[in-house]
Parts: sequence; structure tokens; C-alpha cells
Amino acid sequence: MDLASIVKILNLKVCSGMDQLNRPVRGGYTGDLLSDVMGNSKEGDVWVTRQVHQNIVAVASLKEHAGIILVHGAEPAKDTLEKATRENIPLMVSEQSGFDVVGQIYALIAAEKNTAVAGH
Amino acid sequence: MNAPEKPIHESSYTVEGGNFDEAGKVSSQIKANLKKLHLSKDVVMKASLVAYESEINIVSYAKKGMIQLSVTPQKVKIETIDEGQGIPDIDLAMQEGYSTATSKIREMGFGAGMGLCNIKKFSDLFQITSEIGKGTHLKMIINIVNNAP
Repeated sequence: MDLASIVKILNLKVCSGMDQLNRPVRGGYTGDLLSDVMGNSKEGDVWVTRQVHQNIVAVASLKEHAGIILVHGAEPAKDTLEKATRENIPLMVSEQSGFDVVGQIYALIAAEKNTAVAGH
Repeated sequence: MNAPEKPIHESSYTVEGGNFDEAGKVSSQIKANLKKLHLSKDVVMKASLVAYESEINIVSYAKKGMIQLSVTPQKVKIETIDEGQGIPDIDLAMQEGYSTATSKIREMGFGAGMGLCNIKKFSDLFQITSEIGKGTHLKMIINIVNNAP
């Protein structure tokens, strides 16, 4: 599963990192507490959050996340967008709630894993 | 007894207290420097996390601080020394969820009382000393080589 597929299926608005959508999504993490995300998310995760402050870019960059999805139509702050653009980190916006976004991504990744197992 | 290991990299960084716009910048520089040393991904990730949480603590609670990075073939050492309010009760501060962060800090997703716990969890050695009204000193070591026989 790459970011481009998730963007298409979930109808996400891509605000930055347009040329990075071929990044593989290995899993996901959701949370608004930055230390929680730092301590528990993994490289290649897509991070689903309601935080729009520019520090989310530093966290996603340090943890090497595939990208960040902001929920409920939350627009990134101006400096967040600038920083994400500078660091080439995909910042995406969904109109849906965090619960709905995570549910769909979880199902997509699980379906892909099942297909891979069945194909063996 | 082993002779002291010679550092293959040393650098130090200044962190400005209260400047959340720049928070994370120093940890990004530290991560970039560690990557140049071709350390394992796991070591770079742990050291970057430790650097990040230390940096956020300085930004959140101190007037200013210094982060020192020293790498030998055996270990990554990160030391932070800040000029700030200090921690009155270290045992309490080490409890997950305990925080003295202001609402402004919490609104940005910081101040969850997890920073010091993360630092301890991802370090192989963690030391903390603090003096009220003067500041806090953290020393963290992340092993590169497992020295177990």
C-alpha cells in the first residue's frame, strides 16, 4: 500500500510532498500527544492527528513517517505547511473524523496483508 | 581496564528556551550528523528521540540550554545542561503522566508527562540531576556495540 492509493481511496487533499506519494505505508499511528507519537510510532507509519502545529513536521521527519493526515478538515498552520514543503513531507487533509480515517486505512492494510498471505 | 574510547564525532548545540517555532531543529541536526557516521538505523532512531525529548524539555522549561553529542565506536552520548527552574522532585517527574506544563505547552501536544520516560526507555544509561533555580543536567548513553560476551 502506498500513500497515493490511500489518498485516492480516502479522497485526501494533499498539501505538500506531492512527489513523495509513492512512499510505502507500513502501518499507522494515531495520536495528538507528540511524546506518545515519538515513543510508539514506527518508521513508515502514516500518522493521523488533529494537531496542526509545525512541530508535527519535526516529529514525522525524525520518526521517518510516510506522511501525516490531518483529520476533520483541519488545515495545517502556515508555518507547518512551509516546513512540510521544505522537508518534503506529505501532509494530507481528510474531511472525515480520525476514527473513520484510521478504520479505513487499517482495513486497507489488513486486506493487503491477507492478499499477500493468500497469494503465497 | 579499557582505555577511554576516542570520539569519532563531537558537536554541541544551543537551544533557546520558549522558542517552540525552532523546537526540533537541533534534534534534526543531531540526526543528520549521526546518519553521516553510518550507525545502525536503530541507534540513530533512539538517539534522535532522546535528543528530541531533551530539546523539547529545554524549550518548555528552561531559559536556555546546551546539548552535547559525543560518539565513540562503542556508544552515543548525549548530554544536556540547561539554565532553568530545575526539577523539585525527580521521582515525581519520572512518573509517566506527571507534568508541570502550562496549558499553552499542552495545546501544542507537548507536556504529556512522557518526555523523561521516553528518554529513559530509549537510553541504555540515563542519569538526571537537578538544582532548583539553577537547572537540570541529563546524561544519556545509547550503546552501539553490544559488549556482552
